[in-house]
Amino acid sequence: MKTFKLVRVLGLLAFGSLFMVNVSATSIPEDKIDTLRLAPINIEPTSPAMQKVRNTDVKEVRSYPMQPPIIPHKIDGYQVDIKANKCMACHARSRTGESQAPMVSVTHYMDRDNNFLAELSPRRYFCTQCHVPQLDAKLLVENDFVDMEHLIKANVEQKKH
Amino acid sequence: MLDKLKKIWQVLNRPSVHYSLGFLTLGGFVAGVIFWGGFNTALEATNQEAFCIGCHEMENNVYQELQSTIHFTNRSGVRATCPDCHVPHNWTDKIARKMQASKEVWGKVFGTINTREKFEDKRRELAEHEWDRLKANDSLECRNCHNFTYMDFTRQSPRAAQMHSTSLASGEKTCIDCHKGIAHHLPDMKGVEGF
Repeated sequence: MKTFKLVRVLGLLAFGSLFMVNVSATSIPEDKIDTLRLAPINIEPTSPAMQKVRNTDVKEVRSYPMQPPIIPHKIDGYQVDIKANKCMACHARSRTGESQAPMVSVTHYMDRDNNFLAELSPRRYFCTQCHVPQLDAKLLVENDFVDMEHLIKANVEQKKH
Repeated sequence: MLDKLKKIWQVLNRPSVHYSLGFLTLGGFVAGVIFWGGFNTALEATNQEAFCIGCHEMENNVYQELQSTIHFTNRSGVRATCPDCHVPHNWTDKIARKMQASKEVWGKVFGTINTREKFEDKRRELAEHEWDRLKANDSLECRNCHNFTYMDFTRQSPRAAQMHSTSLASGEKTCIDCHKGIAHHLPDMKGVEGF
């Protein structure tokens, strides 16, 4: 997390300097800069092996209520463009009977003023904007995310003592 | 000149008067072999991917799209070429398809799809022809390689196994019903069943 923040700050600084804002980035020594690239910028690192998509077809638990559900299957070559939406071939309301796939949420048929539309709302059309398959990959950075249920529980416990 | 032609006609009209029956039989046999061999060689030549993508219509559109799909490049290096899916392997069916393809020669000559825009405009119609053909022959070209009898459902993902063991097994559905656009981009799918 810390390194992430550092990178972000650096990025902002670089962006700022573009607009001739008088901010100096030299305060951070170069060896302290860590990126996910793990190689100097002038060297082409060997790319890591490609990770496998978790293709279990079993729903994953959402980490928080508003999380767009993870796609629990491969989506290689699924066409989502102006002509066709392959995801909707199974997840559309009218298709779920045959496919037994979960129907896309009703919110996907609403425009931003909460009017219901007959078809998928254009702003929700591109599924992979929010929904992604899960790779069988190691975490690249430490994740200290805590589920709010745990937070509530911890809070309750604390009050008891 | 006329005399010569007359003589040739006389020979052709009644060859058995001029040549021995043995020569004619043997000659006919040899000529038959050469003709048949030549015909099939020419037919096979038109059944090569290099022949298909000899036209820029095929090379710049469908062939480019094929290259990123699993039927072109994959872990085991087995690949399908154009005729594997688009020309029946059975001889009579192949000839029938080749005769239909004369329409494609017409299209080539008159430039029916000689630009990207024209091709895109016609994509739905062309795709529908292929869907109809595969629907009619129970996805024969798919099944030339993907034999249902030897499918191991336990090696498939759960949803694939679910679909293949029910709808496909019962014959209610055929490959193309679900697997449209696996080797090329889909056309505008408005109103297509299953989309």
